[in-house]
Amino acid sequence: MLEVSIFVSYVILSIALGLTFVRLVIGPSLPDRVVALEMIATLTVGFIAIYTLSSGVTAFLDVAMVLALTAFLAAVAFARLITKGGGVHHD
Amino acid sequence: MTDLVVSLFLLVGAGFMFVAALGLLRMPDLPMRLHATTKAGALGGGLMVIAVGLEFFGDVAVAARAAAIIIFIVLTAPIAAHLIGRAGYFVGVPMWSKTLKDELKDRYDAQNQVLLSPGEVHSDDQPGKDKAD
Repeated sequence: MLEVSIFVSYVILSIALGLTFVRLVIGPSLPDRVVALEMIATLTVGFIAIYTLSSGVTAFLDVAMVLALTAFLAAVAFARLITKGGGVHHD
Repeated sequence: MTDLVVSLFLLVGAGFMFVAALGLLRMPDLPMRLHATTKAGALGGGLMVIAVGLEFFGDVAVAARAAAIIIFIVLTAPIAAHLIGRAGYFVGVPMWSKTLKDELKDRYDAQNQVLLSPGEVHSDDQPGKDKAD
């Protein structure tokens, strides 16, 4: 029962990762790509949650926590870069 | 019974993640994409981490980590979205062609990024640097 739903969740998240990657590639502006990167980080947290369930090793939750923190800092840094002179998409 | 609840949370969370990715791909402009990924993505991630916390029910270390992850996601997702949307608005990312109203138009001072009050007119001769902080 749980194995089946773990497998289905893996499949759903993989499809979602593919869709996000398409947006990362075609995203017309730099902020769109930053949004896609943020979404990829959230999806990775989901993957780690599933893998924690399927493997039983709860130490992976620490990885998820650090990953969420890093993704937030990356988003803040990207926003600052875009605002302070990184706007290369229209010039 | 536990398996049923854990599977439910896991599948619903994955579904919300999928909806977020679909919105990111299909929505027409940057604020709508942010809207899709921030809310649905945070909810989906939170539900999946709740599933982990329920599977290891009674383990305080796992519950504390799961709670920390959820609180962190819920706290930081809106802040990150606000920063990215603000940055995108400043550099002039085009909005959807069918957007009805842009209430921030001509309210922002492009030089020092100060938001003017309603009725206050943007003037070029006054830099207004002292209002920045």
